[in-house]
Amino acid sequence: MSYDVMQQNKDKHFLNTEALKRRMKLRIILDKVAKGIFILSTLFSLLILGVLIYRVWNQSVGWLNLRFLKSNLSIFPEKAGIHGPILGTLWLMAIVAPVTVILGVATAIYLEEYATKGKFQSFIKTNISNLAGVPSVIFGLLGLTVFGRLLKLGSSILAGGLTMSLLVLPIVIVASQEALKAVPGFLKDASYALGATKWTTIKTVILPTALPGIMTGSILALSRAIGETAPLVVLGIPTLILRIPDGIMSDFTALPIQIYYWTLDAVLRPEYANLAAATIIVLLFMLFIMNSIAILIRNKYQKRY
Amino acid sequence: MISQNTNKDEAKRIIYSVNNLNLWYGKDQALKNLNFTIEENDVTAIIGPSGCGKSTFIKTLNRMIEIIPNVKTSGEIIYNDRNIFDSAFGVEELRTRVGMVFQKPNPFPKSIFENVVYGPKIHGIRNKKKLMEIAEVSLRNSALWDEVKDRLNSNAYGLSGGQQQRLCIARALAMEPEVLLMDEPTSALDPIATAKIEELIMELKKDYTIVIVTHSMQQAARISDKTAFFLMGELIELDKTKTIFTTPRDKRTEDYITGRFG
Repeated sequence: MSYDVMQQNKDKHFLNTEALKRRMKLRIILDKVAKGIFILSTLFSLLILGVLIYRVWNQSVGWLNLRFLKSNLSIFPEKAGIHGPILGTLWLMAIVAPVTVILGVATAIYLEEYATKGKFQSFIKTNISNLAGVPSVIFGLLGLTVFGRLLKLGSSILAGGLTMSLLVLPIVIVASQEALKAVPGFLKDASYALGATKWTTIKTVILPTALPGIMTGSILALSRAIGETAPLVVLGIPTLILRIPDGIMSDFTALPIQIYYWTLDAVLRPEYANLAAATIIVLLFMLFIMNSIAILIRNKYQKRY
Repeated sequence: MISQNTNKDEAKRIIYSVNNLNLWYGKDQALKNLNFTIEENDVTAIIGPSGCGKSTFIKTLNRMIEIIPNVKTSGEIIYNDRNIFDSAFGVEELRTRVGMVFQKPNPFPKSIFENVVYGPKIHGIRNKKKLMEIAEVSLRNSALWDEVKDRLNSNAYGLSGGQQQRLCIARALAMEPEVLLMDEPTSALDPIATAKIEELIMELKKDYTIVIVTHSMQQAARISDKTAFFLMGELIELDKTKTIFTTPRDKRTEDYITGRFG
């Protein structure tokens, strides 16, 4: 635009200031309405959580005590405790954690760093994402067929742990892939330019940088596994088991299973509902601890570059 | 048209000899039939407008370009009598002999010390005392020692941009390379940090052969012995810097350095 044309256009006004002001007012009101809607949506889920915790807490008062945590299951509500299910859940985690982290991270490293980008790789990636959405009952059926019957592991901790591992493996893979993808290319370049091999670069640069993301994803996956019931029900975990689990081949029960059965049996004896409520509080507390650890790790080790 | 000035009276050793090099990104040809020699202890500057292939070329010299998918090359690059594309010449070995400094300072999110000794460490040097010696010598040679000697264990990202870039130079020097490739090493730095790096390059050329890509013709004029002018993937002219800036043979070189396009 030449100088002359600019001079000519200087006195032209394209915008009506009055109309602009009116519309501005309307938009400011709209902004406030939008903010209100978003706050209400947030409050809604908080409210649900509040009601849930309040009801469960109320029911568990008087039942949740040290005796409840230390004694074993019993058909008599006043004698029953969840020592066995707590141990069962811990044993389950002892299988799920190493299996999913090792398999998941290794798969993610292969897909992100080694596999040649192409149709095959994106086909695998899409399917892993799909797998993450498969209902947990289906994984229970798979576990029953493969681990329970084919490999004759029955309803042991090993069978349950492997089934749970399959269930949360896609979550760990996807989370690890995202963490690896977020490692800046310039860090990899720096390593390669010094004559490092791919594996050296993964070990010394990529994994340490991606570790917070991988850990967070893995812990969140574990806390999903801790709360899953359906796959274990399908595997045929006994309703009442009095033996404390002592190894990966023993039969077991876990916290969510116990909640499920006690809730079912509440029609027989209403006290069972109180036992279920107390167990829910214990399970929620474990989840809370695990999620807090995940957040702490993320905040502490997140690297700035 | 390629003109190369071969001055008989100074018989320097040829470090790199590039013969008929072509490079494609998928179907797009980025380098066209390049012939190029780089001599020992020279600073060779590569200038040219954006997209002319100068960065591509310098990254081909240590095969970093192959990290980009779908890159194809033909021709040969002889580095000390060996073709770098030979399968017997491992890319890792090449990169220990040919160091690289990037456009944007890229230290690892580790301590200053760990950054400098990264190369020696991954190539098997474990002795703490020896690593400390390597770190000190490399940091002294990159003119950073006095500024960081009291905080070798603090994170490299606490350094200023210019210091980070000198740290990256130190990291490259720690491998005791023969050649240093620098891809616009001062483009992300302020004038004072740039001046320091240029001073450092003048110092380093006594011991190293340096190839530097630069956007700044003034920088090329200040620090280089030879200057190459690239245009659309072709080497238009390679000559002594003084000749390029005073009496270029090619009209296009003259147009570029006098600012008629770029």
